[in-house]
Amino acid sequence: MEALIKKLAEAWGPSGYEHQVRDLIRAEVEPLADEVWVDPLGNLICRIGDGPLRVMVSAHMDEIGVVVSHIDRQGFARFANLGGVLPATLLGARVRFENGAIAAVGVENQFSKRTTVPGLDGFFLDLPDDSGVQVGDAGAFVAETVWQNGRVIGKTLDNRLGCAVVIETLRRLKEQGTPHTVFGVFTVQEEVGSRGAMTGAFGVEPSLGIAIDVTPTGDVPKPSPSPVKLGAGAAIKARDTGHIVPAWIKELMVARAEEANIPHQFDVMQIGTTDAATMQLVRAGIPSGAVSIPTRNVHTRSETALLSDIQATVGLLVAVLSNAIERP
Amino acid sequence: MILRELSEAIGVSSAEDAVRDLIYEHIRDYVEDARIDALGNLIAVRRGTGAVDLRVMAAAHMDEVGMIVIGYDSDGSLRFRAVGGLDARILPGTRVLVGPDRIPGVIMWTPIHLNRSKDTVSIERLRIDIGASSRDSAQSAVERGELVAFDSRFVELGPTVRGKALDDRAGCASLIALVQGERFPFDLHVAFTVQEELGLRGARVAAQSIEPDVAFVLESTACHDLPADLDEPDQTTITRLGAGPAITVADRSMVSDPRLVRHLAQTGEREGIPFQFRSAQHAGGTDAGAIHLTRGGVPSAVVANPCRYLHGPTSVMNLSDFENQSRLLRAAWMALTPAILERD
Repeated sequence: MEALIKKLAEAWGPSGYEHQVRDLIRAEVEPLADEVWVDPLGNLICRIGDGPLRVMVSAHMDEIGVVVSHIDRQGFARFANLGGVLPATLLGARVRFENGAIAAVGVENQFSKRTTVPGLDGFFLDLPDDSGVQVGDAGAFVAETVWQNGRVIGKTLDNRLGCAVVIETLRRLKEQGTPHTVFGVFTVQEEVGSRGAMTGAFGVEPSLGIAIDVTPTGDVPKPSPSPVKLGAGAAIKARDTGHIVPAWIKELMVARAEEANIPHQFDVMQIGTTDAATMQLVRAGIPSGAVSIPTRNVHTRSETALLSDIQATVGLLVAVLSNAIERP
Repeated sequence: MILRELSEAIGVSSAEDAVRDLIYEHIRDYVEDARIDALGNLIAVRRGTGAVDLRVMAAAHMDEVGMIVIGYDSDGSLRFRAVGGLDARILPGTRVLVGPDRIPGVIMWTPIHLNRSKDTVSIERLRIDIGASSRDSAQSAVERGELVAFDSRFVELGPTVRGKALDDRAGCASLIALVQGERFPFDLHVAFTVQEELGLRGARVAAQSIEPDVAFVLESTACHDLPADLDEPDQTTITRLGAGPAITVADRSMVSDPRLVRHLAQTGEREGIPFQFRSAQHAGGTDAGAIHLTRGGVPSAVVANPCRYLHGPTSVMNLSDFENQSRLLRAAWMALTPAILERD
């Protein structure tokens, strides 16, 4: 899985411009799937099995990024954010555009106001000459993915880890079979408001939704409050700011994890939501849960996660989807 | 001039009836299946030649920002709140028309003689003066809940025009012109929507009933190009007046479908129709934000007229930008094919 994660994490796909990531994922799932298609907003949907219960397992393909909003006469570009770009992560960052041009991110008053972090409007993109980049072009951050002793550091682990987990889960379900109809849905535009999941779930019309995403951990110096620890296993979501997971889904996941000795913990997110929060409200309502991969430094170029947690998430998902699911 | 009629018509969000009647008169001879839906959207079909099999939706919102009366003071002045996004700092001294009887009023302000500190006033402390001298006389003239519109004449200034509610009556006028012109290769499902300024409400239900394959929204968008100092290194103007209709790449409500953005830009280049990209650095949303998320998803794009002083009593718009809005869309629609929306 390490190579797949590196490939996916280094791919280019800011919200609304996920096509390069989609192509990579499509090549992985095409041989596994009974059916693969792309819906009107660009979600990649991959069906395995044809059992009576329709389960949607989603992972978003997009990443946070920028859109060029103004280029001055000297050629410096100003930009708007696509998704939750943290100003403190910007200085020294690199931004790549679809045509391959790479810009360095600079900041006004770099040395005279070194202790303050301005808003996004204090930063600029230093574009190469004749870059071909124009107002309206989208860019994504650049960083190498590094694996060391079962630990991965890279950009866009949010949520290419989730994509890799769903791909690996589909691979195992293909081998061992599933009594359900499983739709692996690789969604667009999560970072700008979970937009792909909304239309994707409408089209798929599942009876159960499960989102796979990363979650920030509470095990770092002065963390935002979270019970989640790196290395403590798959994080079964209990609630976040937009989603209270139905008890039976949580209990089902815990039961499968315990049977299979899969390390697990509960996720209670104080900030943010996942595609599951959106899915639950589609059509007449879709009972939804989520499994999160513990990740440090979320929305930076050095998101950090452990292979053991990633594998636990795959294990849990496979255990849930290869066994009977009884809805109350 | 249809722009004058539309600009001077009053249709504060949720009371778009007069605007809807006016638009219907202009399109009735050109459309089929015209209907008013449950929320008040005017929906109709401009039949195409049938050469292209696509359900195409085009939307422009009929409503305008304004105010609503919420109570009375003992001296007969009216308390009010905003309907849609209003900047309270520009309201004092503004002429308004109150309620269905269009009772003229003025928003009270402190004369310069008494306001040397130039304090700004919050909307809670502003009042509308309709000349009533007591609570009773105000109450007998105006009921709570009546809507208030800006009282602005439409004026042709030359290459530009000035008037209220160009957001989005200019978009409505362009859509009317498109409906009245030569037929398109596909059936064009038009929606003149209600309550955009309150949160894209009409467009959501219109799109749910139309179930389009692709949608285009005709808007008017902010323009902040004064003083026009383009040498200023970090100046972001949102749009520039006279630089052509603005194609939205991303705003708060939507990331436009890149294939449609490309199609619009290529059309403009091919046909020599000027256009610009709206800066994404500024917030704002359009009906497309609601439309693109309906049902299984609808690839959507926005083409907007740049307007100075948007959401104020008088906006200024360039007539060539306005004419190019419908020219660009007409050319883009004539060349629209399902292949543009196909994925490999």
